[in-house]
Amino acid sequence: MRWYYKLPLRLRSIFHKKRAELDLSEELQFHLQNQIDEYVAQGMNPKEARHAALRSLGGIEQAKEECRDERKVNLIENFLQDVRFGLRLLRRSPGFSLLAILCLTLGIGANAAVFSWIEGILFRPYPAVAHQERLVAIGGTSRDEPLGTPLSWPDFQDLQRSCTLCETLFVSKITGTTLSIGDRAERTTGSIVSANYFDAIGVPLMLGRGFLPGEDQGQSAHPIAVISYQLWQGRFRGDPQIVGKTQRLNGVMHTIVGVAREGFYGTFVGWGMNFWVPASMEDIFESGGYKLEDRGARWIEAYARLKPGVTFAQAQQEFAAISGLLEAEYPATNRGRAIRFWPLWQTPFNNAGTLLPTLEIMLAVVAFVLLIACANVGNLLLVRSFARRHEMSVRLAVGAGRARLWKQLLTEGLLLSLFGAAGGLLVAYWCRHALVLLFPARGGVQMHLPGEIDWRVLALSAGVCLATTLLMGLVPALQTGKIDLAQSMKMESAGMVGGRGRAWVRSGLVLVQVSLSFVLLVGVGLLMQSLLKVRTASPGFNTRGVQDTAIDLVSAGYTPARAQTFQDALLERVRALPGVESAAFAKMTPLSYVSSATAPIVVDGYQPPPEESPTVEYNEVGDNYFVTMGIPLVAGREFTRADDEKAALVAVVNETMAQRYWQGRSTLGQRLQLKGRWMQVVGIAKDSKYSSVREKPTPFFFVPLRQNSLRGSVLNIRTPLAPHTTATAIAREVHALDSNVAPYEVITMQEQLDRSTSAQMVAVTLVGILGALALVLAAIGLYGVMSYAVSQSTRELGLRMALGAGASNLLRLVLSRGLALTGAGVMLGAAAALLLTHLLGNLLYKVSPRDPVVFGCAFAVMALVSVAACLLPAWRAARTDPIRALRTQ
Amino acid sequence: MAKPTDLVQGTLDLLMLKTLALQPMHGWGIAQRIRQVSKDVLQVNQGALYPALHRLEQQGWIRAKWGESENNRRAKFYSLTPDGAKYLRQEQAQWKRLSLAIELVLETP
Repeated sequence: MRWYYKLPLRLRSIFHKKRAELDLSEELQFHLQNQIDEYVAQGMNPKEARHAALRSLGGIEQAKEECRDERKVNLIENFLQDVRFGLRLLRRSPGFSLLAILCLTLGIGANAAVFSWIEGILFRPYPAVAHQERLVAIGGTSRDEPLGTPLSWPDFQDLQRSCTLCETLFVSKITGTTLSIGDRAERTTGSIVSANYFDAIGVPLMLGRGFLPGEDQGQSAHPIAVISYQLWQGRFRGDPQIVGKTQRLNGVMHTIVGVAREGFYGTFVGWGMNFWVPASMEDIFESGGYKLEDRGARWIEAYARLKPGVTFAQAQQEFAAISGLLEAEYPATNRGRAIRFWPLWQTPFNNAGTLLPTLEIMLAVVAFVLLIACANVGNLLLVRSFARRHEMSVRLAVGAGRARLWKQLLTEGLLLSLFGAAGGLLVAYWCRHALVLLFPARGGVQMHLPGEIDWRVLALSAGVCLATTLLMGLVPALQTGKIDLAQSMKMESAGMVGGRGRAWVRSGLVLVQVSLSFVLLVGVGLLMQSLLKVRTASPGFNTRGVQDTAIDLVSAGYTPARAQTFQDALLERVRALPGVESAAFAKMTPLSYVSSATAPIVVDGYQPPPEESPTVEYNEVGDNYFVTMGIPLVAGREFTRADDEKAALVAVVNETMAQRYWQGRSTLGQRLQLKGRWMQVVGIAKDSKYSSVREKPTPFFFVPLRQNSLRGSVLNIRTPLAPHTTATAIAREVHALDSNVAPYEVITMQEQLDRSTSAQMVAVTLVGILGALALVLAAIGLYGVMSYAVSQSTRELGLRMALGAGASNLLRLVLSRGLALTGAGVMLGAAAALLLTHLLGNLLYKVSPRDPVVFGCAFAVMALVSVAACLLPAWRAARTDPIRALRTQ
Repeated sequence: MAKPTDLVQGTLDLLMLKTLALQPMHGWGIAQRIRQVSKDVLQVNQGALYPALHRLEQQGWIRAKWGESENNRRAKFYSLTPDGAKYLRQEQAQWKRLSLAIELVLETP
């Protein structure tokens, strides 16, 4: 019973097999000898005595076999034997083995790759951060935005003070800056964090220190930064004296106080962070000014780590209680709002949320691919098992148990799937960073979406491998159950095309393959259709003829006054460029990853219901913005050069906002209050899309740059020229004004839109690749079944020919059998697709999950592919030589 | 070859362990000893003897060691392990209880 007795014995039985066997026979021999001696002493002659002794022992070999059974040697023996036999079989038919292993490699590899992405992006997204399983993402909700808003700093601090179920809470808000080190300027991402950040996540620094308590308080009070290892190595050449040096970030000199450890990329799914600044520097990096004391300014993204043993429900309850108190205490800002959290994989404010539906769909798709691959390999094994029927019959005839045969067949399946799994893990390893490749770099910042192959991924892959083995091994194993000894020892009877009998298993497998790939085809079609719709949907502004770039003067160290002069001069030069129709500055570009500023507003004459505190997104734009962007004005006028700091404050609202707050009354001339300043509505713009093409019409308004922050760095240009032509011209003009400043890349608004829908693009690409893979696998399966059927029915074909059937008849016969199979598969697949496609849910845009066009296309593709797959077997059938066919069988 | 029933098998284990509790012994010796002590009433089925020994060894109740027999032949001697001794005590008690119970039933008029 105890392992320390058992283990050495077992090991001895396996590794010192000869020695153990020798011992066993010597032991029995000793017994036999004693027995013989006794019989001789009783008066038998030696020969008789020997026979009698053997009899009383019940046969020496039988006794040995029973001893071996007791030692459980046979179990291992048989397994090793099966493994050796299986390997020999694989080597003997390399074509079969290669095809089977390739199918499995693709199937298992696709699964392992998706597992690794899910692990690395959704479940363990932050390498080096401690206890991610208890980490949750905190956000706010309101009546209008149940899906998550940022928090305000005061709300966060109150939450931090009163939360008892959390071990720690910290802020990590993505921001960006232009880094100019030496002669190179480029965009980089960083985080605005609370002072406890590095302690909270449990990531020790490599050099220097993290932030001290209190360093996240006060307006621009602590210009210090921690930089990433990557930045330190890449841009500072690993300077060991880096701590204490200064670097300009967004125009303010920051002292570098620390370097984070290698392999730490911050806490944001999608981009690697390169620097961290305390929240006190917020007004340097965020639009909208100093917000640390403003409960209405919601800009924080935060995380909490729950205490061990605390359930989500308990913590959620406490959050609700705290936000209830805050709501009661600060009705002006918190009315109708709550604070809650999401598990990391549903984080609303980074790419986890965007990628979640895609990865969920991927999980289903790779399961389909695996099933199709299994069906293929099952079919291959089945064909082989027909060829081995004689072997099986003989083994059964000489006394092998069926269980023993099953074990052997399963072992062979296991070998195949082990090879497949090994290959699959290699595939997953190569693909672990592949997801990033599908996303275009945005303004020079490449996404960071690493897959993670850890023990969980390995365990899941092993599980998949075992399931695969069972699935494939089962088919031929069940087949042996049906071997009729008497029948199969006789001559094999010839088959017929698509004949009855065992063929139904193979046909069934192909049916499954065809229907699964049909479902995938429909899925790909629907996703492609919606991507097309998303990309061609009008966002409410001109996408083809408008380009945008940015000139970050703040990072270059300009004062607001100097920046204003520079921008005025640049605008004049750009407008004068040949081909440029108009140009305007703005604070932010629609559909970019930089979110619009949002602020609570007061509307003259609008009494908000008690549960509402109106907060609206807005943009600061320069003169001629609407003309440049191609956003039509429904009424009133747009901003002009005259709307400057000396003129009366004005605003332009969109239709939805006019509708919401003035309910059809004439909006022009009405007033709204932003940050304590009243402004008059002078224009109504048509609705357009602001942060996402898929958003519903939302209230939005515009204010003139000159009357606000002056910090607009985005330059929109209306021109029919190609972006690179514009880029050179603008670079020239910028350099003429200041050789130290460089503009960002110039892209069209269409490009901007395409980038903003990259998640859909990724879904389409991935599902497309896998769908094509599945289609090829299914075609191989169909081809295999049809050519096997043809090869097994040469006699029937020969007979038909002899009786007068022409080549075209036979061609049609085989084709029609193949297509009948496909037809049935497609019917099944269509039924499944009708039930399943609504699961694509959010990924679909203006496309019905049962779009008839898509179903029709999928049908056409399937039909084409199956004709192609059946053509070669059919052609072969048509060329049957009746004389040879009839003679050979 | 039919396997002995559970009762017989359990009994054989018990008898063998008891025999080995006195001194280390080889298979042949165990069979002989059981026969002698039981005054030829109990005959160990020789075919079942060695599988049983190997099973007991697998379970860790007994340990095997090569040695020299009384007639100077190389023989495999089995001896009781501490675990085996404990198991024997348990089984012996169990057996006593059982036989007492059977006796009670049979003696009842």
